[in-house]
Amino acid sequence: MTNSWTDIKNTDLVIVMGGNAAEAHPCGFKWVTEAKHHRGAKLIVVDPRFTRTASVSDYYAPIRPGTDIAFLMGLIRYMIENDRVQWEYVKAFTNASFLVKEEFGWSDGLFTGYDEEKRDYDKSSWDYQIGPDGYMLTDPTLQHPRCVWNLLKAHVDVYTPEMVERITGTPQDRFLKIAEMIGECSSPTKTMTSMYALGWTQHSKGAQNIRGMAMLQLILGNIGVPGGGMNALRGHSNIQGLTDLGLMSNLIPGYLNIPTEKEPDWATYMKSRAFKPLLPGQTSYWQNYPKFMVSFMKSMWGEAAQKDNDWAYHYLPKLDVPAYDMLRMFELMDQGRVNLYFCQGFNPLLALANRNKNTSALSKLKMLVVMDPLETETARFWENHGAYNDVDTASIQTEVIQLPTSCFAEDEGALVNSGRWLQWHWKASDMPGQAKYDTWIMAQIFLRVRELYRKEGGAFPDPILNLTWDYADEHEPSPDELAREMNGRALADVYDLADKTKLLTAAGRQVKSFAELRDDGTTASGCWIYSGSYNEDGNNMARRDNSDPSGMGVYSNWTWSWPLNRRTLYNRASADLQGQPWDPSRPIIAWNGERWEGNDIPDISPTAKPGEVMPFIMNQEGVSRLFSRGMMRDGPFPTHMEPFESPVQNVFNDRMRGNPVARVFASDVEKMGTSDEFPFVATSYRLTEHFHYWTKHNKVNATLQPEFFVEISEQLAAEKGIERGGRVRVWSKRGEVWAKALVTKRIKPMICDGKTVHVVGIPLHWGFVGAAKKGWGPNSLTPFVGDANIETPEFKAFLVNIEPAVGEAVS
Amino acid sequence: MNIDLSRRGFLKLAGAGVAATSLGAMGFGKAEAAELAHVRDFKLAQTTETRNTCPYCSVACGIIIYARPDDTGARRVVHIEGDADHPTNRGTLCPKGAALKDFVNAETRLTEPMVRRPGSDRFEPISWDEALDRIARAIKDDRDANFLATNELGVPVNRWTTTGFLAASATTNETAWLTYKVVRSMGIVGFDNQARV
Repeated sequence: MTNSWTDIKNTDLVIVMGGNAAEAHPCGFKWVTEAKHHRGAKLIVVDPRFTRTASVSDYYAPIRPGTDIAFLMGLIRYMIENDRVQWEYVKAFTNASFLVKEEFGWSDGLFTGYDEEKRDYDKSSWDYQIGPDGYMLTDPTLQHPRCVWNLLKAHVDVYTPEMVERITGTPQDRFLKIAEMIGECSSPTKTMTSMYALGWTQHSKGAQNIRGMAMLQLILGNIGVPGGGMNALRGHSNIQGLTDLGLMSNLIPGYLNIPTEKEPDWATYMKSRAFKPLLPGQTSYWQNYPKFMVSFMKSMWGEAAQKDNDWAYHYLPKLDVPAYDMLRMFELMDQGRVNLYFCQGFNPLLALANRNKNTSALSKLKMLVVMDPLETETARFWENHGAYNDVDTASIQTEVIQLPTSCFAEDEGALVNSGRWLQWHWKASDMPGQAKYDTWIMAQIFLRVRELYRKEGGAFPDPILNLTWDYADEHEPSPDELAREMNGRALADVYDLADKTKLLTAAGRQVKSFAELRDDGTTASGCWIYSGSYNEDGNNMARRDNSDPSGMGVYSNWTWSWPLNRRTLYNRASADLQGQPWDPSRPIIAWNGERWEGNDIPDISPTAKPGEVMPFIMNQEGVSRLFSRGMMRDGPFPTHMEPFESPVQNVFNDRMRGNPVARVFASDVEKMGTSDEFPFVATSYRLTEHFHYWTKHNKVNATLQPEFFVEISEQLAAEKGIERGGRVRVWSKRGEVWAKALVTKRIKPMICDGKTVHVVGIPLHWGFVGAAKKGWGPNSLTPFVGDANIETPEFKAFLVNIEPAVGEAVS
Repeated sequence: MNIDLSRRGFLKLAGAGVAATSLGAMGFGKAEAAELAHVRDFKLAQTTETRNTCPYCSVACGIIIYARPDDTGARRVVHIEGDADHPTNRGTLCPKGAALKDFVNAETRLTEPMVRRPGSDRFEPISWDEALDRIARAIKDDRDANFLATNELGVPVNRWTTTGFLAASATTNETAWLTYKVVRSMGIVGFDNQARV
């Protein structure tokens, strides 16, 4: 989230698209209710199903799964055509005026530079025109035909209301009503907030869905302002934290990157990370990258990381592919190229696409280690449960070790909520039986492996032998110690860079914030964006002052949020070029003639003059990007792409299947279905009573929504002869499931490109262990393909067939 | 009850260890005392109250966990409710959060290390020491056999692709950081977490 849950009360209009907050985030959704009742805010819902969020909305429109980009580009077209633009914001705070290279263009659904063979773009034309002084060329009048604004105008021109209806199935009158409601928020004193979740991310072009809305929000002037923003509702309780901490193939904590093979040394690695400003006087805060990176290396390897060994640069692995994400790992596993796999609180058998492939892959491991508080299907993937898990147990040679861990009630530490608040919690009870903390388990594994390397030697033991491990009890690193390590500390006295006589923090003390981190080896910090969370003031994440003097839901003294306890990102953009709030009734920060001050930590240098230093300080441009240069693999503007499995062809290019640059493994191509064989669009979702596969272990929740069902329209039921509550078989190219039919009015057929499209809703919860009745998850059916940029699987739009079935499934 | 006692004061007095007859001192007659003698103690009388947050979705509602010792002295959760002081949920919980107690005390909580041997149709208990030794040995052997120190151009790449690690989604930052350190120090690149899906 750019903003926070409690900030939603400041909004005038909520659009829920790509999410279902009333059911999936019920207590957060109460802030929408608050805004509706106390501010008179309106709620718009766009969703394939008439969800419970839709049932309390002011306006609802259906949409075919996987066509959000066409809807969003249609909205942008409407705003431009009808002058619903916050002009001062767009001209000053976005790259609308920047000139783009002459060669850049778009035709037949593709941008310039597409290579069909490589399934990739040559992105060299997707960039600005740079002048002789090294800065970009701009046209502040927005008249130049090559300026971003005019290119955007041309790009969205094809998304007329007629085209939006043709692609998305949303009736034109509904689309236009929504466009009109949203257009009102181009006023500097009206704000819209976007609330989205996995309904937007789980597509082969998920990142472009989100960019589409971010661009709309910039055009309306809604980023950085109270009651505005791009608000990813996020899934699990610490998804945000694990992402911040970079527990991914290609990340280092704080959104730094693991090097690639093309960066054989430190100098080469740093060369592409200079982040020089592209306009004079701009902050370009990533210029501090070396300070964060060196401090991370010092945190990891202490004395072994020195300037003359490139801070132990070779202790880090170098990637030969963009990432060994879990889809790639399961593909390699299925090819027999992975021997050992760990699942720490993760149930991939049911959580990853194409379950049959997952079972096959896990069966080829030598050893699977599962750490979990609960039984999981993954730990028992080898166990035969009839139709629910029909495997040949004796033939599976994988050794499985299952280790019992603590759960939330039994441990201490911080979780990061969607609003970036690091909230500390305390241990309430003891673990059952012999269960142990994950930290204890990781320590035991590490200490044993280190001991083996000490005794036996072996492959490149240095990064293991030299890993910083200075905990009071090496077997039981404490949450307190680990939190302090992430915050970071001074290894030598740290002085003010502007005044070398002024001591900021003495050696051995916790740094106050990342402003004190240095690139000369005198500071260590595990995760720079968490710097300030646990400094000499103590554990700021444990603060519990819930006062809110502003009355705007800021809660600055409640726990701590990254970065620097800032509650609204880009909040500098909430004020105009003179530094005064666009909406004086909702002031978040303002320029007092000398400095920025207000209700939140300013997202800019406190003394940076308005009109000179622009608000988007992390960008080299100083402004936000309507045109994203070569930063995304599938285009600098979002363009409509069909899901890989779609009932219709791409209207711009009938040869194009799915996202033209998404990675597809050869073995998965043959597992893609077509609409001849699989005529219906399926989408997955979660129910209010359930939380993924966890509540399956909880008798209360398992009873509240007891049985696996699929949701279909009355029309589809009639067409296929399916009775209300009758048993059905649903199958895709990859597998089949049996379920009860829930025949509802909540899903209705749509007309797309002249064709009737039926949607089948498939809730997730059921498996074969726990307190709930046995059932299947949607992943028995889903395709094994991810988003082109970040590889999140396409769970929200795929093809199935359905027919009535007799009797109960074998159990 | 016509005596002046705060709820908490009453709970203290009525807690375990107070003989039923002493209830007379609180103003109950003999009949009432007899009646009360076989009524169980108030559930919350001996509990500790601990601040925590809901582990399900990332709204991260504040909760208060009530726990008390069982027969073995181990503290067990007896009740969980919304934290009225928390700015986001202000005491409210959804149908998942309201039933959290049964997550903590689920019958399918894991209680001891288990191993499923190749080809076997069952889990069998294994000691922590043996389990951890087996894991460490497997890591060492696989890493030594498959660690790639340099690529074909001679560039140091120091990566290990034949072992992978999937991290969680609800563990603390502190657990995540320690996990990061251990996994990265070994050169594992098949590293991912629940945010991917």
